[in-house]
Amino acid sequence: MSALSDNLVTFAILAYLVAMIGHAVEYALGNARTRVATAAPVRELVGAGGGVLPTPPAPVPSSPPADRSARQARLAGLVGVGATAVAAALHLAALVTRGLAADRMPWGNMYEFVLTVTFIGVAAWLVVLWKRPSLRKLGLFLTLVMVLLVATAELVLYVPIVPLVPALNSYWFVIHVSTIVFASGIFLFGVVPAVGFLMRSGYEQGKRSFPYTLAKRLPGAAGLERLTFTLHAFAFPIFTFAVIAGAIWAEAAWGRPWGWDPKETWAFISWVVYAGYLHARATPSVKRNVATWIAVLGFLTVLMNLFGVNIFFTGLHSYGGLD
Amino acid sequence: MTVVDDRPETVAPAPRRRPNRLLALLRNSWRQLTSMRTALILLFLLAIAAIPGSVLPQRGISPEKVNQYFVDHPDWAPRLNRIGAFEVFGSVWFSAIYLLLFTSLIGCITPRLRDHIRALRSRPPAAPKRMARLPQHTVLPAPPGGTAAIAEVLRKRRWRVEVRGDEVSAEKGYLKETGNLLFHTSLIAVLIGVALGSWYGWSGNRLLVAGADNAFCNTRQQYAEAKLGPRVDSADLPRFCLRLDDFQARFLDSGQPEFFNATVTVDGPDEPTRSADFSVNSPLRLNDANVYLLGHGYAPVIRYTDRFGNSQISDEPFLTTGDMGLTSEGLAAFPDANVDPATGQRAPDQQMAFTGIYLPTAPEQAPFVRSQYPTERNPALNLVAYRGNLGLDAGIPGSVYELDQRQVRTGKVKEVGTKLLRKGEKWTLDDGTTVEFLGTERYVTLSIRHDPGSTMLLVSCGVLLVGLMGSLFGKRRRVFFRVVPADPGEGSPTSGSSLVEVGGLPRTDYPGFADEFTQLIAAVKGDADPAAERAGVREGAE
Ligand code: HEM
Repeated sequence: MSALSDNLVTFAILAYLVAMIGHAVEYALGNARTRVATAAPVRELVGAGGGVLPTPPAPVPSSPPADRSARQARLAGLVGVGATAVAAALHLAALVTRGLAADRMPWGNMYEFVLTVTFIGVAAWLVVLWKRPSLRKLGLFLTLVMVLLVATAELVLYVPIVPLVPALNSYWFVIHVSTIVFASGIFLFGVVPAVGFLMRSGYEQGKRSFPYTLAKRLPGAAGLERLTFTLHAFAFPIFTFAVIAGAIWAEAAWGRPWGWDPKETWAFISWVVYAGYLHARATPSVKRNVATWIAVLGFLTVLMNLFGVNIFFTGLHSYGGLD
Repeated sequence: MTVVDDRPETVAPAPRRRPNRLLALLRNSWRQLTSMRTALILLFLLAIAAIPGSVLPQRGISPEKVNQYFVDHPDWAPRLNRIGAFEVFGSVWFSAIYLLLFTSLIGCITPRLRDHIRALRSRPPAAPKRMARLPQHTVLPAPPGGTAAIAEVLRKRRWRVEVRGDEVSAEKGYLKETGNLLFHTSLIAVLIGVALGSWYGWSGNRLLVAGADNAFCNTRQQYAEAKLGPRVDSADLPRFCLRLDDFQARFLDSGQPEFFNATVTVDGPDEPTRSADFSVNSPLRLNDANVYLLGHGYAPVIRYTDRFGNSQISDEPFLTTGDMGLTSEGLAAFPDANVDPATGQRAPDQQMAFTGIYLPTAPEQAPFVRSQYPTERNPALNLVAYRGNLGLDAGIPGSVYELDQRQVRTGKVKEVGTKLLRKGEKWTLDDGTTVEFLGTERYVTLSIRHDPGSTMLLVSCGVLLVGLMGSLFGKRRRVFFRVVPADPGEGSPTSGSSLVEVGGLPRTDYPGFADEFTQLIAAVKGDADPAAERAGVREGAE
């Protein structure tokens, strides 16, 4: 079962690679005009309709004489989405088999942790994509992040299955870790539209130098910014709950709710930075770019907690499994 | 959000004549301090200030590592020490940042609280003249009940409604600001909870060896180190005693621990006598203290019989060295050895001490330095015997885990031999005295604490979460209805009856408002007859 899980991870990485290539091809072929009808003027619909609910705008295929490359690009994009879905299914199967093999939740060490966080990220992406197909072009960046993180997990962080040490053997383990993992996964996904927004807003302001040109075919900046906020506003209370649950557990296990252990310190830092993001976004005098940079910074602190703290420091939380 | 940014404008302009400079300065600094921008900057400073706390060793967490840092970086460490870098979270600068932040916070929520209470008491405002300018706007035929019917629908959907003549104003989503204020207020409560804990709380760590002779009572003297908050006196410690009766541990084949359980007897004037079990993750909760199981190990029981035939027993805990197999190191000191029973005369150069490594599962062959498994599958005690002046005042028991190396260096204590002992084995030294390894006792490492702020902390964290959700997910919005006579000149099928003009205004970022508005309109029209409804559609389209 354990070997099966390892193989599934490898296949998932391959599928993410395929997805990334699909999205990249769509990008390269460019000029696909599938976004035309997506920004339907909802307000007029309501004003006119009274009782008519605005129907979700369907992507309108390009007009017949449009070049074949537009259709090919769209096809490549759909292949990317399909491959992402397959990869996510493999990813989930890898987690389930790992959990079955270990006879516990698969969150016992850094390898399993990163694997779960990335899965949450991709699952959330698929849900959002389901609701807002116009965001498809973000898929390139998302699959890139997935390939990088899942491959890092497999190549660098891999550890064989071991049971939990008694300190972790508690129902608080499930409560605390699942919520941390979930919030981290959403933050992970959230950084994709955040970076997308930063590039796209530069592009919309006429910047044509390197990173901005990448945003040429991204959805509009305002939509990306809103998605960034929605994801962070969703994840922040969950993260807050997870930190509180961690403190309750720490009280039972170590005798103090908060002890400024490196993990706790970095969770505090992340929390403060994300609170800073929410504040910055709620303050009209702070530019949206600045606010979004704070969100990106917040994710860097989450990464620091995920990898850095396990690798550089020792503390009570050192269950990373690396020596 | 707008609340804060609007505020400077609502403050009355300072009188032109004879401005009080100091007052103006104070007022300006206060306004600066309580601005959102300052809060942001302080939040950032707080995050940055916390970083050294994770990078540098901290006294409160690992004092040994701080000492090691002084050894490794003799030039840097004193300087870092001076700026409090080894006690970041108690340092002046860290405290200054969060105290400023909380001052800012109080200054920020007090006026908002006042405004919010006023808003809660006041009625929704009158409809604007030109409703077509609102983000949502439509016109539909008036329902039969007129304004009363509209108000009824709104009330059912939990809007706050005000009817003024043929106008209805309604507002919803006060939860957002309520939640936000609740959230920020509970941040202050969290801080108070932490402060209560550190002022009125106390804690101590203690090794407890099994057996009635080793029972521990909760007094200051019985702790190797105890931390008492500034408002706690030694006499305030609750009186109880603990005796370790049993300790069980289960390990996997790899040596990884799987299960621990300690059984103790508790008694004392502040606690009824009883037996209790506790383990990692489920502490022993007493009336005014909690007992946490942090670690465990072995205390070898060593009997030394001196030249006069007197036997003494040591069962000092041996400290684990941190490996999987629970290899432990320790000291058995016999400062009262070789006292002539006839004269009571001490021979200060005849004190005995044994340093040892205890291996619960010794390997088959030498070197006998590392245990292979944490339970006693093949226990062995590797002893080094010393004789001489130990440098202790005679008769001090316990709390010594290491031989005083100065005495060894100056030759006052001499090594007299080394031997590996199995359980029950006896070793005869060069002077005919004997040492026996009788077996082991278990010991546990306990942390005993009292934190009177914890309940407040827990409750305020709960409130904080609820408030946060209200703040993030609440949406403030208003709708207005105005019943107007239909324009007969239009030739509309409903001419003669009246129409309702409706406008909607989301007051916070709320992308779903259009949908809600549509549904609300549908509900208002639910009373109208279908024909009129169809007419309304056409009407509104114009
Ligand atoms: C002077 C100090 C502070 C001011 C002026 C302030 C002001 C505000 C305001 C006006 C909002 C509402 C934003 C909105 O409704 O969108 C807000 C939200 C929030 N504040 Fe503060 N706050 C302060 C301190 C803090 C502190 C110290 C924290 C915690 C670290 C904090 C955490 C939050 C959070 C998490 C939100 C939710 C964001 C949201 O509702 O969008 N605030 N704050």
